[in-house]
Amino acid sequence: MFEGGLYPYWIVIFLMMTGLYVVISRDNLVKKVIGLNIFQVSVIMFYVAMGKVRGGTAPIEAEGFTIYSNPLPHVLMLTAIVVGVATTALALSLVVRINEAYATIEEDEIRELEREEEA
Amino acid sequence: MTGGEADLITRVSDDLPALQIAVPLLSAAICLLVRRARAAWAVAMVVAWGSFASACVLLSRVLQSGTISYAEGGWRPPWGIELRIDLLNALVLLVVTGICAIVLTASPRSLDQEVWREHHHKFYALYLLCMTGLAGMTITGDAFNIFVFLEISSLSSYALIAQGTTRRALTSSLQYLVMGTIGGTFLLLGIGMIYMVTGTLNIADMAVQLAAVGPNRTVLVALACIGIGTGIKLAVFPLHIWLPNAYTYAPAIVTAFLAATATKVAYYVLVRFVFSVFGAPLAFGELRLDAVLMPLAIAAMFAGSFVAIFQDDIKRMLAYSSVAQIGYMVLGLSLASVSGLTGGLVHLFNHAIMKSGLFLVMAAVVLRMGSTRLDAFAGLGRRMPFTMAAFVVAGLSLIGVPLTVGFVSKWYLVVGAIEGGLWPVAVLILLSSLLALIYIWRVVEVAYFRQPPEDAPEVSEAPASLLVPIWVLAGATVFFGVFTSLSVGLASAAARMLFGVEL
Repeated sequence: MFEGGLYPYWIVIFLMMTGLYVVISRDNLVKKVIGLNIFQVSVIMFYVAMGKVRGGTAPIEAEGFTIYSNPLPHVLMLTAIVVGVATTALALSLVVRINEAYATIEEDEIRELEREEEA
Repeated sequence: MTGGEADLITRVSDDLPALQIAVPLLSAAICLLVRRARAAWAVAMVVAWGSFASACVLLSRVLQSGTISYAEGGWRPPWGIELRIDLLNALVLLVVTGICAIVLTASPRSLDQEVWREHHHKFYALYLLCMTGLAGMTITGDAFNIFVFLEISSLSSYALIAQGTTRRALTSSLQYLVMGTIGGTFLLLGIGMIYMVTGTLNIADMAVQLAAVGPNRTVLVALACIGIGTGIKLAVFPLHIWLPNAYTYAPAIVTAFLAATATKVAYYVLVRFVFSVFGAPLAFGELRLDAVLMPLAIAAMFAGSFVAIFQDDIKRMLAYSSVAQIGYMVLGLSLASVSGLTGGLVHLFNHAIMKSGLFLVMAAVVLRMGSTRLDAFAGLGRRMPFTMAAFVVAGLSLIGVPLTVGFVSKWYLVVGAIEGGLWPVAVLILLSSLLALIYIWRVVEVAYFRQPPEDAPEVSEAPASLLVPIWVLAGATVFFGVFTSLSVGLASAAARMLFGVEL
């Protein structure tokens, strides 16, 4: 079951579920953003793991090396990292604005304030 | 015209697919630099209408000479990134750019009220960025590129929603951001799994490789991930919870824009992956996607409409109605037949027109009344006759009354259901339309048969800058309800193409 070659994917699944659980279960908005980050990182890890070839080197032509890792998924993840940074920055700036508007970043307290507003 | 000029024109028009993305992207930066509200609007207007014109040219070219393939930077597909325009995405591109242009035309007066003037140039920059992302998702032929453009459009739409006047806009935007990012990441994961199986990112190439591999566990999980990812962006019931808040608290212009474009492009992405990557036999035959989507679609049709009936805020009511209408589109997909998919695609076209029209009416009402609560509509039928008449026309279309576009799409959905031997589904489509009748009627009743309160301030008709776009869209709901050759013709040709039936 626990094959050595597949262990990166077990880590991916663990990180993914951790991230998703943090996003769902935490009321603190900053913690939610952290959870979101862990979730995104798991997918980055997934791509990096799939591109790695056992015994392969960096894909640079040199004498004596014939097995290379696949560089494409790694390059794709550069873009995904940029996307993740942009998302985090936007999320945190929203959290700052929410803190200014509600004087709290706890979701349950915000919901309470919104309910009072509606009543 | 000299030879050189003609040569330049052909070269530019050959590059139209790339310009469709590059021009709005660069113009967004220009909007930031000009800093003046009206100047930025003028830039955005030129770009948006130019994009629409270019989408029309591309569509006519696709109709004339078939699929356009454009190798970005001269790198040949499947290695380089390909922009690939066929009947399906030419139609979606036409809808997206058309709605972008019309809503942008209506925006200045409404924005003056809802967004600080110093921020207008940034608003238009975000608007153009969002348009870049949506157009990019539509025309790209590369799976990873879809993710990148999805994030461009999503990030800018989170920022657009956060511009709303109340602090609820901020929490709604963050809620959408969290869900949207989870959706985008699931899409990325799904694309990664297909890449694992096929070793390619080019959509056309993926289809070839996948057909050779056949169904296995990885492909199944990839389909599930892509289904969840696009499902969140598309707001398929029960993944729709971000939508009502986001649409309610965003500035009215943003709602009109996003309601008609963002979910439609997500629907397109789902259709593209299901048919062009996995292929109908695999997705419906082996993996039974239809069995998952159909109950959800029917639940959306009823739950969305039912909740809409009890809303006091009409903007929120229309948001829940969107959840129901998305249900119809997904139902069209899940019928897994040419006429069903035709219904879904026609509804994409039609719903974009009527919902953007209805949300622009909300923009006009907010502008004059300062609120979209049901009470604010009292007596508006007499006080804003043209605006409310447009609401009635678009509302009739939402219900699906003959001679409007809503009837056309429901007709094809019902035909698709009956062809598939699913009589109960056809009945459910008709029943859920009655719910739409109830929620539209509530507004019409208040607007036309209830007197405004004694101390109500004088209200004048909406300004022409809003009224003209509203009536263009309301007119379009009737026009395309009568002359269906463009919408239905294209949608059925696209559906037959996706099912691989001879044209």
